[in-house]
Amino acid sequence: MRNDEQSRSRTFLGVLLLCSTFTGLTLLGASRVIGADSSLTIEGSTTVGPIGDAFAEAFKSMYPGVSITVSKTGSGDGAAALVDGRCQVAMMSRFMKEIEFKKAVVNNVFPVAHVVGMDGVCIIVHPSNPVQELTAAQVRSIYKGEVTNWSQVGGPNIPVVPISRDTSSGTYETFHEMVMKKEKMASGVEYVSSNPQAHARVSTTQGAIAYVGLGFVDNKVRALRIDGVQPNRSTIAKGIYPVSRPLFLFTNGYPQLGSIVHAFVTFYLSEKGQDIVQSKGFVPLTNY
Amino acid sequence: MTQETKTATNISAAAEFTRPLLLTPAEDLRGYVLGYTGRGLTLLITFVSVMAVFLIFLFVIRETVPFIWLDTLKASVARLHHFLSSSEWYPQADEAEFGARALIVGSLYVTFAALIVAVPVGLISAVFLSDIAPFKLRQIIKPVIELLAAIPSVAYGFFAIIVVAPWLQRVFGFPTGANILNVSMILALMAVPTIISVAEDSLSAIGREIREASYGLGATRAETILRVVIPAAHSGIIAAVILGMMRAIGETMVVLMAAGMAAQIPSPWWNLSQSVRPMTATIAQEMGETPKGSEHYFALFAVGLVLLVFTFMLNMISQAFLVRFRRKGQQA
Repeated sequence: MRNDEQSRSRTFLGVLLLCSTFTGLTLLGASRVIGADSSLTIEGSTTVGPIGDAFAEAFKSMYPGVSITVSKTGSGDGAAALVDGRCQVAMMSRFMKEIEFKKAVVNNVFPVAHVVGMDGVCIIVHPSNPVQELTAAQVRSIYKGEVTNWSQVGGPNIPVVPISRDTSSGTYETFHEMVMKKEKMASGVEYVSSNPQAHARVSTTQGAIAYVGLGFVDNKVRALRIDGVQPNRSTIAKGIYPVSRPLFLFTNGYPQLGSIVHAFVTFYLSEKGQDIVQSKGFVPLTNY
Repeated sequence: MTQETKTATNISAAAEFTRPLLLTPAEDLRGYVLGYTGRGLTLLITFVSVMAVFLIFLFVIRETVPFIWLDTLKASVARLHHFLSSSEWYPQADEAEFGARALIVGSLYVTFAALIVAVPVGLISAVFLSDIAPFKLRQIIKPVIELLAAIPSVAYGFFAIIVVAPWLQRVFGFPTGANILNVSMILALMAVPTIISVAEDSLSAIGREIREASYGLGATRAETILRVVIPAAHSGIIAAVILGMMRAIGETMVVLMAAGMAAQIPSPWWNLSQSVRPMTATIAQEMGETPKGSEHYFALFAVGLVLLVFTFMLNMISQAFLVRFRRKGQQA
């Protein structure tokens, strides 16, 4: 009786040991397949964020063992996170600034850029506004406070309500450089903290003008032609539209081939990746 | 019979008292040690929150110093002067400028505009609840008003920008709905529960005998409320107003969403249809992406210090009035 019990418990122990060995082996095997690290941290731009989120979602079904965290805190913070080693991939809607690059190199981080798609910063107005086209110079003078009424640029007699993104967003920086030519905005310019907020303000304010990514243009707001160019997929992808910009993923050095990081930053090349970029309202980079 | 019962209870009481009256030295020592450990422990735990206040002050001041102090006294005074007197807030420009006057003025604008609405509404409601409303109605109204204070501020902000802003544009023809008027209406709504509950407490604390004395002299109810009860409770009412003010000046989410965030001082000064950029919202919008240790980062802490000094002063004033009110109540 006693013997029987002992042998049973021994068998049980044996089974347990076998089980754990197998689990260990399979875990090892899995990590061997997808690279050394099975977790991936992505930080950065709120503009690139939707792409990062959707890529991460797709990766979850493709590599079930990998845990991916995406946090959208802005391009500047993404760069800082890459430099500090807080993330493996930094999403940025602009190229790294000189000062960020220098800081990275000092910290033994060597940023490598991967362009995943193109984004156009569209100048949007209320749909009831008859103005169809502005020059970049006109947009600049609106934001500098020189133009305060739509009648000055061929519109109705309505005061202009210029709305900007907050000064730490990547969209602001693109606009600030490409449209404002780094000149200061007037003190009367309003600031909102996100693309959807800018969209909501313009869609409810008759005299408003704001700028958002192409993905946020719908029938509740109207995108203006800038210097005669309508923002759309082809003008933005070719860079004809004056306010278009590439979207970046930055890694520390070129990622090790076959690693999860490598798979992530090259995912945009696949058909599924291109579909995702397009479905988020950006323009995939292709030559066909 | 009664004598007997009394003895019986005495006996049973004595029987329940089982501990010997004289403690052994060990027990005595244990009691002494435990008593003092308990005292020390509770003091220590209380001290955590006291320390938190000091540490927050210390930390904010420490992070402000690199912004204000520029090696020489003259440069530092010039920086401080520019910070408080200039309205040029361009933290991300190549030649960054940190003039916080528009931010300070913006905070004051939304706070005082909110108080203009909240104080009369709050006081009248408090008087109604303490002196006029029947008991049953009061039992219903008070919890409902307190519910107003429980609504998260982001919900208020959402309401302000989605409902109030287009409404203001449509009805008043304002070019922008994200302005002082919008924010201060919402802030008034948020400050009202605080004002009502503190003012109502202080009005109720004025004793029944004072009211009866007034009626006895032939005063009407209106005269009693206006000439006797409110003057008697004035320090409590002032404290209520200041507490409501602190609620408004410290609010962040609503102003971030609905104040428009334009760093300007309204001109002309009474034009409440213009956007402003209050201090709290500026910190909230910019702190998240400001690299730690940059000039911008320290400048935001300087703004935070100004805000902290404001609320600290308001708090001291309201405490002083509350203390005065309590002392008066004891005398009465």
